[in-house]
Amino acid sequence: MIQYILRRGLYALPLLMGVNILTFVLFFVVNSPDDMARMQLGHKHVTEQAVQNWKHQHGYDLPLLWNQQAENSQKVTQTIFYQKSLSLFIFDFGLSESGRNIGTDIKQRMWPSLSIALPSLIVGLMVNISVALMMVLFRNSYLEFGSIVLCVILMSISSLFYIIGGQFFIGKLLKLVPISGYDTGLSAIKFLILPVLIGVVSGIGSGARWYRTLFLEEVEKDYVRTARAKGLTETQVLFKHVLKNAMIPILTGVVVVLPLLFMGSLIMESFFSIPGLGSYTIEAINRQDFAIVRSMVFLGSVLYILGLLMTDISYTFVDPRVRLS
Amino acid sequence: MPIIFLIIITVLLTACDISQLNNPYAETKDESSILYSSFSERPKHLDPAVSYSANENVFIGQIYEPPYQYHYLKRPYQLEPLTAVKMPVIHYFNQQGKRLNGEVTVDEVAYTDYIIEIKPGIQYQPHPAFVQSNRQLTLEQIAELDGLSDFTQLGTRELIAEDYVYQIKRLADPKVQSPIAGVMKNYIAGFDEFYQQVAKMDKTAIKSVALSGVEVLDKYRYKVRIIGKYPQFKFWLAMPFFAPMPWEADVFYQQKGLKDKNITLDWFPVGTGPYFLAENNPNQRMVMLKNPYYHDDFYPSAGEADDKENGLLDDAGKSIPFIDKVVYILEKENIPYWNKFLQGYFDASGISSDSFDQAIQFTGTGSAQLTEVMKEQGIQLKTAVTPTIYYMGFNMLDSVVGGDSERARKLRLAISIALDYEEYIAIFMNGRGVAPQGILPPGMYGHLKDRAGMNPYVYDWVDGQYQRKSIDKAEKLMSEAGYANGVDPDTDEALVLYFDSTSVGVDGRPQMNWYRKQFEKLGIKLIVRPTDYNRFQDKMRSGSIQLFVLGWNADYPDPENFFFLLYGKNGKVKYGGENAVNYHNPEFDQRFEQMRNMDDSQQRFQIIQQMQEIIRKDAPWAFAFHPKGFSLYHSWYKNLKPNLMANNTLKYKRIDAKVRAEKRRLWNQAVFWPLVLAVIIFVLLLVPALNAYKRRTKETMQ
Amino acid sequence: MIILWTDALIYLLVITLLIFAFMVSRKAQFKRPLKKIYDSKTGMVSLIVLVFFVIIGLLDSVHFKSTETRTHEIISLLDYWAKPLRERGEKTYSAPFSAYLYSKEMITLADGSTKWGYPRLKFAGSHLQNPEAEGLRDVLTKAAIGFGKGAGLVILFMVLLWSSFHDRHKVLFKQPTGKAIVLVVFMLVSMSYMLIYLSAYYHVLGTDKVGEDVFYQAIKSIRTGLVIGSLTTMIMLPMAIVFGIMAGFFRGWVDDVIQYVYTTLNSIPGVLLIAASILMVQVYMSNHAEDFNSLIVRSDMRLLFLCLILGVTSWTGLCRMLRAETLKLREMEYVQAAQALGVRQGTILARHILPNVMHIVLISVVLDFSSLVLAEAVLSYINIGVDPTTYSWGNMINGARLEMARDPVVWWSLLASFVFMFSLVLAANLFADSVRNAFDPRRAEQGG
Repeated sequence: MIQYILRRGLYALPLLMGVNILTFVLFFVVNSPDDMARMQLGHKHVTEQAVQNWKHQHGYDLPLLWNQQAENSQKVTQTIFYQKSLSLFIFDFGLSESGRNIGTDIKQRMWPSLSIALPSLIVGLMVNISVALMMVLFRNSYLEFGSIVLCVILMSISSLFYIIGGQFFIGKLLKLVPISGYDTGLSAIKFLILPVLIGVVSGIGSGARWYRTLFLEEVEKDYVRTARAKGLTETQVLFKHVLKNAMIPILTGVVVVLPLLFMGSLIMESFFSIPGLGSYTIEAINRQDFAIVRSMVFLGSVLYILGLLMTDISYTFVDPRVRLS
Repeated sequence: MPIIFLIIITVLLTACDISQLNNPYAETKDESSILYSSFSERPKHLDPAVSYSANENVFIGQIYEPPYQYHYLKRPYQLEPLTAVKMPVIHYFNQQGKRLNGEVTVDEVAYTDYIIEIKPGIQYQPHPAFVQSNRQLTLEQIAELDGLSDFTQLGTRELIAEDYVYQIKRLADPKVQSPIAGVMKNYIAGFDEFYQQVAKMDKTAIKSVALSGVEVLDKYRYKVRIIGKYPQFKFWLAMPFFAPMPWEADVFYQQKGLKDKNITLDWFPVGTGPYFLAENNPNQRMVMLKNPYYHDDFYPSAGEADDKENGLLDDAGKSIPFIDKVVYILEKENIPYWNKFLQGYFDASGISSDSFDQAIQFTGTGSAQLTEVMKEQGIQLKTAVTPTIYYMGFNMLDSVVGGDSERARKLRLAISIALDYEEYIAIFMNGRGVAPQGILPPGMYGHLKDRAGMNPYVYDWVDGQYQRKSIDKAEKLMSEAGYANGVDPDTDEALVLYFDSTSVGVDGRPQMNWYRKQFEKLGIKLIVRPTDYNRFQDKMRSGSIQLFVLGWNADYPDPENFFFLLYGKNGKVKYGGENAVNYHNPEFDQRFEQMRNMDDSQQRFQIIQQMQEIIRKDAPWAFAFHPKGFSLYHSWYKNLKPNLMANNTLKYKRIDAKVRAEKRRLWNQAVFWPLVLAVIIFVLLLVPALNAYKRRTKETMQ
Repeated sequence: MIILWTDALIYLLVITLLIFAFMVSRKAQFKRPLKKIYDSKTGMVSLIVLVFFVIIGLLDSVHFKSTETRTHEIISLLDYWAKPLRERGEKTYSAPFSAYLYSKEMITLADGSTKWGYPRLKFAGSHLQNPEAEGLRDVLTKAAIGFGKGAGLVILFMVLLWSSFHDRHKVLFKQPTGKAIVLVVFMLVSMSYMLIYLSAYYHVLGTDKVGEDVFYQAIKSIRTGLVIGSLTTMIMLPMAIVFGIMAGFFRGWVDDVIQYVYTTLNSIPGVLLIAASILMVQVYMSNHAEDFNSLIVRSDMRLLFLCLILGVTSWTGLCRMLRAETLKLREMEYVQAAQALGVRQGTILARHILPNVMHIVLISVVLDFSSLVLAEAVLSYINIGVDPTTYSWGNMINGARLEMARDPVVWWSLLASFVFMFSLVLAANLFADSVRNAFDPRRAEQGG
């Protein structure tokens, strides 16, 4: 097992390298270091000297990938790419272009992100499973048909409508919760209700439908028929057997996304002014803060790889037949 | 299911407080004097030597105190001492170093000395940097720190002249990267040498290096030597760039490891102002508290004629600041901000064009007024024309629209007439703007009102009002320029012009359409190219742009700050200056050189009018608009008078927190019945489902 | 006639689709699922709605230079026919079917005095003397007339069709699905005729901030939605199929490389890739400014690139599924047998593997389509979607966000984009459902 994890860790290295190079190239194809400097220096009275000065201080006066002038190995090391990327691998994100420490910012901003994403996931899971169970329980009735139609309808609405509508009705007309904002500690709850609710509602359509198919697959299986023949009631069958067995794909599906919860939701966070990592990334892209963009992409890919690994491991827990090799 | 979830929450919530469920603040004491405001983008710099944008001035204007400030109430804008005892004593010297007395002419002055004396006894805000031991922290101590609030030992010290000198040295330090270093090296003696000299030194080392033009005379007096005569320098002395900086701050913040904790001078200012930054979480909120050591400062007791009537002098002579605490919340989106303002959770708001109709109506005479709904809420409206100009620039290096040929000039004039900015202001700005008659905004020295101030090339004087010349006149100019009906004689097709626009977002398309239509009036085919900001800058620098729209916001209330935008030696392509259209007219330049160093006088006024005439005739710009600022304030917000030059006006303002608490309660009663209704409907839906289920279980049992 | 890049691709797509449909309908293995789709009422109805949308989109994809204005703008067939809608701009907001502006202005009355109030619109309802009194009645009569004319047209057409058919085909009309189709076509055509008729007199869905007709915007947005949905899938399909099958079939280093590529791509947030490529297009366009002399050409280029990059980011999902399926298939006896017999690998891939994964491809294509249409709106919100000058539902929603904060609320832009987007996506989703039901082998046995 440990060996497997180690091997996967090694396999991740070239992946992260690829991600890094790609981000780097993408970013610098469109933004030259000069552009970055001008972006940071503002609009008024920017002189060429100030730009050079800025580039020098932030280490952007080197060549991008290959230093023709330097000697031997320095051809590679004396470049922006080498100098800026290597420290990422030990999770030292350094300073953003505007001078703040990225690591500290990430640590601070991941909690708001989590505090939306986690409740949304858990509540969403519960709601979706209940709706799906209900659909299976009442299958072949008008209730199931109605629910399916409702699910398709919910799926066909853009998430932006949910947010705009939610803010308008619950925040503006009913005045039940603050329209937007965030606070630390327990007082965060009142700010989280609306985004979480919207997150859950907008996810019901696809979620419930997906779980329904999972349940239906189980319901058709032989052991369920046997259980029913034994005289178990429909409810008992559903909860004791179907739900239990369907939990395996559901849980493994959840495990993949767990690490990515840290990254937050781009849209939700900027609509509700929640200071999470999602809005952090968007801001960085808009402000062309390469240091932040690179760090967030790197973090994202690490978490993604972690998610894949966790899924593999979770298979061995739920299904003893699977062995990692 | 989501409804059940909602019910649970509601039940939880009803257990607490019923009114103001939507209160976004944790502060329970509703009635304390707290001002709630917002910021939409986190400030990049709070270092007074670096910061150069309005959203940062909101903070540092209250924290740092330059020697001078603009009088809060008097108009036209007037400088008055802030930490200084009196206005600077100015001495002129000629080439031989001999002091000149009496009237001086520009040519004979080689140096000007500004001697500034500051008040004794002014104290800095409480700050850890003033405690000796805090400046020598061990690495372990730093590792334990979380923020600046973890320091228990805070100190203060008296403000001395040396702090002002130290700050000017910081401006000259290349490592600080002050945006005005490039400007100041032309004016402050020894600035450039200092710049070269300290380039390789440590940040804190500049204390002991001398800057030849800036000198401490004694504990409370210092001298700044200006090359030549530069009367505008006094305005710089009212900007945060020239605020004092204690050397202890640099030593303190330079300690290794603090930077990694985001504890830097750029984030935690040290000043003498009425407020200090108590909490700095640019990801969420910033809090400023009253500075306990703030020096004696009083509300002005004189102002403009009607200030008394408007209640602006009610607090005359009282000790300021009034507000104890200011909370700035990060709020990026317009809509939530506006709604929270209406709910009473923000004390002031601008008006986006979408909420304009809701807030403002125009009276019979065309003046703006609040709507009934707003008046019922007791909201106040303040308007002011900003010292800003927007213009469509014609790149003078371009072969079609540029150059000093008569053809190009007429083309530019025709376009200037065709671009009906009055309509633009009505459509896109809800009338919140004034179409300019020249480069100077109303209220600026040298601006003329009514007929005398008219741009005769674009406007006519009809019935006591400016009226844009008819399109026939523009078409005539076009034919004179050789583009009859907009046809380019070279290609025999419609003349094609290119307009680079940086405007993105919702209003982008209608604006571009509008521009296209304006040019179509002349038969010109306008191609609008949306360009991102970087590319736009590139094109400006290389001069490959043709038409563009830019704005300029004055640094200080002096015409020089506008005319320099067209000074030949500020050409963008050649000199990297602010003259974005690369206009170069020797006649204009000569007058500019003369005007800029003069004190206000009849002669200067005349020169300014001549320069206006040159620009109007040459038309390197098609003047677009001076924006008008409209702001709304709740009834509990007092002592409001728009002052577009001063950035330290917070200390004059007052909040009636009692009224606010009451109004908030009144405006924020939660509405529950739709929830109850939803629950009932859900239950009703569930009943037949349960019946069906019972039937099914019976069937399976059988 | 001018063919824009996306136009060309759309034509290509339509032609491929037609050929594909023709081939599929001849293959025996597809007979049963196709029959099943035809039998499903919702499936057919949603297909009709989709086709209706596609027709509008196609009309909007035939571009030519207008000869009317001096500046020779590029317009499409749809623009040509919707000329009144395009040109009858009001000053600013006006509500649906209203004869008045939505914001107050200084009005000069007949007697020369001025009043602060809602002025009459320039075009909409200008035929009315007294809008308050006659407005509603006029709208209803006009609607009835329009509907009647449309209905008459359909009935005439149906009768012609009916009489030209053989008896054998007439049976089709008598089946329940046949009836549903006839009904839907009838409703669609008469309703649209009614709307077109009404929009000559009113702004059916009001006007926006600068007085542009919202109904026109919503219709123009159809093409954008369709292009994003379909071109992206077209770009992503070849990549996903080729790489997916190759990875599954050849395994070894091919598999490793392909897996590496898609894991890398997957782990970079899509937003960044999209933002970067959009910026790249802009840089390219400003460097080659002379080639992009018209707004429409520029926005078309950006749209194309958006499709490209969305294709690049979204092929990985399908690729992974195909890889897994191919891994299973290559162990099947008939594939093993073919290999043992020395059949060329290319032939095996084309004959045995590809046809057997086609159902997965088909299902995921229809599913992706709707999610892409929805994604466009979100991208526009972060300013990395289609060009702000392009008509799209995303841009409309983005603008409508601010309108919701107005008081009184300006709801029609939001409603219009909602209704149009919702009907397209709902139709696509419902159609996807019936395709899945028909093609998914596991469901095939369930019988419904």
